[in-house]
Amino acid sequence: MAKFDTLVATAAPMNQRDVNTDAVIPGRFLRRKREEGFGTCLFHDLRFHEDGSENDEFVLNQPAFRGAQILVADENFGCGSSRESAVFALHDYGFRCVIAPSFGDIFHNNCFKNGLLPIVLPAEQVATLRAQAGTMQGAPFTIDLAAQTVTGVDGVAHRFEIDPFRKRLLLQGVDEIDLTLSFEDKIAAFEAAR
Amino acid sequence: MKPLTLFEKIWAAHEVHRDEDGQSLLYVDRHFIHEGSRTPYKQLADRGLKVRRPDLTFAVPDHYVATTSRDFADVDGEDRKDMVASLTRNAAASGVVEYGLQDERHGIVHVMGPEQGLSLPGMLILCGDSHTSTHGAVGALAFGIGASEVGHVLATQTLWQRKPRTMRVLIEGELAPGVSGKDVVLALIAQIGVNGATGHVIEFAGSTMEALSVEGRLTVCNMAIEAGARAGMVAPDDKTFAYLRERPHAPKGEAWEAALERWRGIVTDPGAIFDREVFLDATTIEPMVTWGNRPSEAVPVTAAIPDVAAVEDPTQRGMLLAALDYMGLKAGTKLADVPVDYVFIGSCTNGRIEDFRAAAAVLRGRQVAPGVKAIAVPGSGLVRAQAEAEGLDRVFTEAGFEWRFSGCSMCLAVNGDTVPPGKRSASTSNRNFVGRQGPDARTHLVSPATAAATAIAGRFADHRALGG
Repeated sequence: MAKFDTLVATAAPMNQRDVNTDAVIPGRFLRRKREEGFGTCLFHDLRFHEDGSENDEFVLNQPAFRGAQILVADENFGCGSSRESAVFALHDYGFRCVIAPSFGDIFHNNCFKNGLLPIVLPAEQVATLRAQAGTMQGAPFTIDLAAQTVTGVDGVAHRFEIDPFRKRLLLQGVDEIDLTLSFEDKIAAFEAAR
Repeated sequence: MKPLTLFEKIWAAHEVHRDEDGQSLLYVDRHFIHEGSRTPYKQLADRGLKVRRPDLTFAVPDHYVATTSRDFADVDGEDRKDMVASLTRNAAASGVVEYGLQDERHGIVHVMGPEQGLSLPGMLILCGDSHTSTHGAVGALAFGIGASEVGHVLATQTLWQRKPRTMRVLIEGELAPGVSGKDVVLALIAQIGVNGATGHVIEFAGSTMEALSVEGRLTVCNMAIEAGARAGMVAPDDKTFAYLRERPHAPKGEAWEAALERWRGIVTDPGAIFDREVFLDATTIEPMVTWGNRPSEAVPVTAAIPDVAAVEDPTQRGMLLAALDYMGLKAGTKLADVPVDYVFIGSCTNGRIEDFRAAAAVLRGRQVAPGVKAIAVPGSGLVRAQAEAEGLDRVFTEAGFEWRFSGCSMCLAVNGDTVPPGKRSASTSNRNFVGRQGPDARTHLVSPATAAATAIAGRFADHRALGG
């Protein structure tokens, strides 16, 4: 897995609660192969009209946010289905970090497997960051995983909590399967004792 | 010794290792896989890894299969065919048992697992599907995982997890006649919200849960995820044991007696502390219908669409107004005045024999309203066979329903069974998200009996008024 340490990038605001994984990637795109990429499917039914033309009102179609690598979302982002394609779509589009007051549990887990950093901050702080992203369009945010901070365009650093295990794996770019295979003796002993 | 919850007992029994940073490496008893396992299998192949425990892994194609026949040729489109065929290929190559299309035991994974006795009390059960929480109804810890985690379990038979928080949902009181497990869980989600249980494992307890059949409990646990929960569980009891006793994979003879003794201890100890407790008064629950785009947006079938303009929180108000707009509804409209175009009875939520019995009781001797397309999709081949043995298939077909073969079907509409744009569906499934049953489809979640009554009336109807 690719390492994650710091990120300086544009943030796009998404002012909607309970964005479910069906919205992140509609079910009809799930039969794509991983190697085909999922970036074009991201928020498909929000980004595009039925005729395939872009919905100019959707945040990611606005010029300032086309290259955004940070998504500042709202409560319960990524709820619903376990489809990891939702994370694939965000990753393949170019996102490396999603900030929200809370996430769907499975989506949150899936993010870490793909080097996409899900940051949980209090709702008021996220609202501030969303507002900054919206009004100071294109101005960069800074994510420092080691320091566990998100610095908005106003220079204020917001400290976030993160599972230390997940943090370690991201900083070191450790593959979970490789890590687990190093516990082969313990797994075998556990099996033998059952 | 510290009193433990049902969840804590199962967690502790599966902990292979605890990392210095607090993550646990858990051993997996049952791993169910479906067509979504194509990417994880490729991940293993690319790394030269094998499936560690094919004997603990069970495959079933359910998401992409046609429900009009059991013929692979009828799977809709080459890409869907590839999804189904790749599961068969991968399962065969790795020594994993597959309950394929031609197997009468075929079914939706969350119907087939308990039905086969593959899901048993005290187990840790995983599947790359969020509704894996269903299996918790037999006293197991069961939850959904993503594709990367599926690959991890295939390769190692373990999974890294941080211990979630615990929540007890105490549901007390006798349900009114005609109120089902589906209505209970919709009422709960309406009360606590779609993120009311995020980060928690729910134990459903109380007199109402004790009175529910195992199939009713499966429905409740199935939708725990719709309240944001990591998993839903019910302590195993005599009903659970009776349900499991003759199942093909249940222990037999002396092993059964030994298992029973073990299982009776997998309950929450008196005095065990939960991180959160929620109470639901079951006596007030009526047959429920969702009206918006979140499962929490639900009201009794006898009610009207609520006036959301009065909601104070502007973000919430905006979402609710957008939901009304998408659903083509106006505040104050009685649900009984809202016409439907499609009715779907099935899914891992409501695709079991009791669900079809409940719907058939309403349909018997009646006709689906003109202009309504109604389909019944049993959750497994065995449910279908049982229903046919009881003559329920004829009740459905004579009423004007299509009687289909097992599969996920119209729940998430990835197999080609879709609701057309702008059309309204009364569905016994679990999610009413925008576009869930097809682009611009309008989904209302209901119980099987309510779905049947709605099919007859051509608009949302209270099955209790029909005397079914």
